[in-house]
Amino acid sequence: MATGAQGDLKDGPAKLSEPVVVFENVSIRFDGPPVLENVSFQVNPGETRILLGPAGVGKSVLLKLANGLLRPDSGRIFLFGEEITAMAEEQLLKLRTRTGMVFQEGALFDSLTVRDNVGYTLMERREPIAEIDRRVREALRFVELEHTYSMLPASLSGGMRRRVAIARAIIDQPELLLYDSPTGGLDPVTSTTIDELIIKERDVYRTPSLLVTHRLQDAFTMATHRYDETASRMIPLAAGEINASTTFLVLHQGRVVFDGDTAELVASDDPFLKEFLA
Amino acid sequence: MPFALDRIDTLAKRMLLAVQDYSIFCWEATSNLFRRPHYWADIVTQGDLIGVGSLPIVVLTGFFTGAVLALQSAASLAQFGAQAYTGRFVSLSMIRELAPVLTGLMVSGRNASGMASELGSMVVTEQIDAMRALGTDPMKKLVTPRVLATVVTLFLLTIVSDTVGTAGGAAVAVFISKQDGTQYFTSAIQALGYDDIAQGITKPLFFGFIISTVGCFFGMKTSGGTQGVGRSTTQAVVVSSVLIIVCDFVLGRALLWLYSGY
Repeated sequence: MATGAQGDLKDGPAKLSEPVVVFENVSIRFDGPPVLENVSFQVNPGETRILLGPAGVGKSVLLKLANGLLRPDSGRIFLFGEEITAMAEEQLLKLRTRTGMVFQEGALFDSLTVRDNVGYTLMERREPIAEIDRRVREALRFVELEHTYSMLPASLSGGMRRRVAIARAIIDQPELLLYDSPTGGLDPVTSTTIDELIIKERDVYRTPSLLVTHRLQDAFTMATHRYDETASRMIPLAAGEINASTTFLVLHQGRVVFDGDTAELVASDDPFLKEFLA
Repeated sequence: MPFALDRIDTLAKRMLLAVQDYSIFCWEATSNLFRRPHYWADIVTQGDLIGVGSLPIVVLTGFFTGAVLALQSAASLAQFGAQAYTGRFVSLSMIRELAPVLTGLMVSGRNASGMASELGSMVVTEQIDAMRALGTDPMKKLVTPRVLATVVTLFLLTIVSDTVGTAGGAAVAVFISKQDGTQYFTSAIQALGYDDIAQGITKPLFFGFIISTVGCFFGMKTSGGTQGVGRSTTQAVVVSSVLIIVCDFVLGRALLWLYSGY
C-alpha cells in the first residue's frame, strides 16, 4: 500500500462520546413476512461492527435503515443521538452528510467522472474548485487510484469502482461509515485490497463503521489484522490476539441471533452459528 | 367477497394509491421551485437536451403536418371555390390544435421515455439512494430541473412548430396548389385572433408538465431491475401520450369557454 493520505483526511472524524447508531426493537416488512423483527443493537464510537448473515436475510435493509434511507414499521433508530425514525427528509439529508456509505456495487454516478463522483459532496457545497481538486486527489491517493481522476466509472473494473466508492464515502471525514458488502462479487486479491482499505480507515482514522458481509473470510480478516502505518500495509495481529474494536452481529430470519466480540462468536454453541461458521 | 369483486377492489385501491403518489410527486416537484438549493446548471443542461435535442423532430413533424393539411384542405376547399381560405384553415388548425398536440406527443415519445429510463436506471443501480446518502434531494436535483426545462422548452418548441407548420402549408399552397403566397399568408394572419394564439400557447405549458412529471414519476418508481426500467419507459410514454390527448380536450373546452364564452 502507498502512504496514507495527508492533511484533512488525516485529522479524522470528530470523536463522539455517545453511541453513534442505536436500534431499538426495529421491525420492517415489505410484501410478505417481516424482513427484520425486533432488531436491537448499537454502534459505539470507534467501533467496527460486522453484520454477518446469509444472503437475503435483510443486512442491506438494516444498513439503509441506519441512515434513514428506509423507514422502519416499528421501533426506534437513533443516529448521532438524534431519533431519525420519523425525521423529515429535509433534516435527514443534513444528518446523512455526516455519514459515508459504500453501496454494494459502488453506485457511482455513471454520467460523472471519478473526480466529480468523489468530489460530489464538496461540489454540492460549492467549495472552491482548487480545494475540491486537492481533496479529491487526496481521497483517491488513499485508495491508490489517483490515476483514475478523469476517467468515467464505465471504464473502471469492479474492484476499482468499489475503491472509488470508498474514496467518495471518506472524502468529507464522516463520523460513521456504512459498508454494504464492499467485497461482494470480487476476486480474492481485490477483496483483500478492499479489506485493507477498510482496516486502514478503522485503524488510522478510528471512524466507527457498520459493515455488511456474508463472507466470513473478510470478517475474520478485519478481526485479526491491523494497519501498520510505517509499513503502509495491513499486517496480521500476534497469534491469539484480536482487534478489540471489531465486534459482530449475526442476523438470521430477520432477528439478531448474535451480538458480541470475535472470541464469543467463535465459542458460541448456537447450532445456526456453528453451521454458519463451519 | 367474491373473487372478481376482490380483484376490482384491489385494482381500484392500487389506482387510487398511484393517483395519490403522483399528486404528491407533482406537488413536491413544483414546490421545490421555491426552495433552495436551485440547480440552475442542471436546468440549462436539461433545456438543451430536451429543447434543442427535440428541435429536428418537431421541425419535421410541424412542417409536414402543415403541408399535408394544405394539400388535403386545398382539394376540399376548391370544390366550393374557397381555395383562398387554405391559409386560414392551416394556421387555425396548426396554432389551436395540431402544433401543441403533435409537439407534445413527439416530445413525450422522445423525452418522457428518456427521463423514465434514465431515472429508472439510477434507481435500480442505487444511484438515487447514493445521492440521498450524500445529502442531496433527488427531487430537487433531478426532477424539478426536468419539469421546469420541459415546460419552458415545449412552449418554445410549439411556437417553432406553429411557424414551420404554417410555412409547410405555404410551400404546398404555392408550389403544388399554385396559389398566391401573399393571399395565403394574409388569409392565415387575418384568421388568427388573440384567443386562438392564447389557446395555442397555453396548452404546451400543461403538456410539458404532464410529460416531465409522468416521465420522472415512472422513472423514480422503477423496481425490478432492467426489466422494470423497460416497463417504466413504456408506461411513461403511454400514460403521458394519453394524458396529453385527454388534457387537450379538457383544456380546449375550458379555453373556448374562457375566451369565447361557449
